[in-house]
Amino acid sequence: MDLLQIANRTFRSRLMVGTGKFSSHQAMLDAMEHSGCEIVTVALRRVDINNPQDSLLSHIDRERYLLLPNTSGARTAEEAIRLARIARAAGCEPWIKLEVTPDPYYLLPDPIETLKATEILAKEGFIVLPYMPADPVLAKRLEEAGAATVMPLGAPIGTNRGLLTRDLIAIIIEQARIPVVVDAGLGAPSHAAEAMEMGAAAVLVNTALADTPDPAAMARAFSKGVEAGREAYLAGLGPKRLQASASSPLTGFLRNES
Amino acid sequence: MRITVNGKHKQITDPTSIAALFEMVGVNPEQVVAEHNGTILAPQQYRETILREGDTIELIQFVGGG
Repeated sequence: MDLLQIANRTFRSRLMVGTGKFSSHQAMLDAMEHSGCEIVTVALRRVDINNPQDSLLSHIDRERYLLLPNTSGARTAEEAIRLARIARAAGCEPWIKLEVTPDPYYLLPDPIETLKATEILAKEGFIVLPYMPADPVLAKRLEEAGAATVMPLGAPIGTNRGLLTRDLIAIIIEQARIPVVVDAGLGAPSHAAEAMEMGAAAVLVNTALADTPDPAAMARAFSKGVEAGREAYLAGLGPKRLQASASSPLTGFLRNES
Repeated sequence: MRITVNGKHKQITDPTSIAALFEMVGVNPEQVVAEHNGTILAPQQYRETILREGDTIELIQFVGGG
């Protein structure tokens, strides 16, 4: 069976789902269900003390889904490490999707702070899945620092623009000895399929599901895209050529050859 | 006595424990993590930790996110 292995755990699904921006908890749960995902990301924020709400966790079946807390909102390694420790104190397994995004407009990850935080958190025993720019050199540095995966971005978070970083992600995949999970910017099942065809180990989507009229249907479509891409990768894509290579016989035409 | 909870000033009557603060604010202690002056508290510390003038409390919970 084709399983995804990250650190000491294996997963059947290669589609991870973010829980942000859904119109309701039910819409989120439906999308999770129909995606077939086994890993869901969550964020940490201050409780609104004037209007405390139920924690998201009261809605998610933690026997079924591995909770992957993120460090979104962190602008420095220090802030990200603080969030990771809070997540662990909340009783989560020590898995952390490390995000350090000081730039508020493109939410691009800070490579230096990300590397710094990865080193520290890995030493503290966290399973670190760092969100990163699609930089092959950084990917190797994160791997050496103890990252469990690397999560290069396809395009800025929430943009639905697809694999703008395709060629760099191909190099990351070629060189990585840990799973490469393409995160951010994937907006269509074809984008997810493309990443999987290239040999990505998994993809993570959120906005592409949450920001659609029917998140559950889109989750099914993404699940199929990921499966199709994975099967194509395992089967091996045919070679690309510049010139045509006829599929039909080049003999027996209904004309007299001179 | 004045303390700061999630960046907002709050007047409380002393002595107040973290557990009592949870009740006052209406927060389920099982659904949050509390930081007391920058240190994460374990749930068993909620009753024994008594707030002092100028203390800073952060109450944090999980929300949807990618």
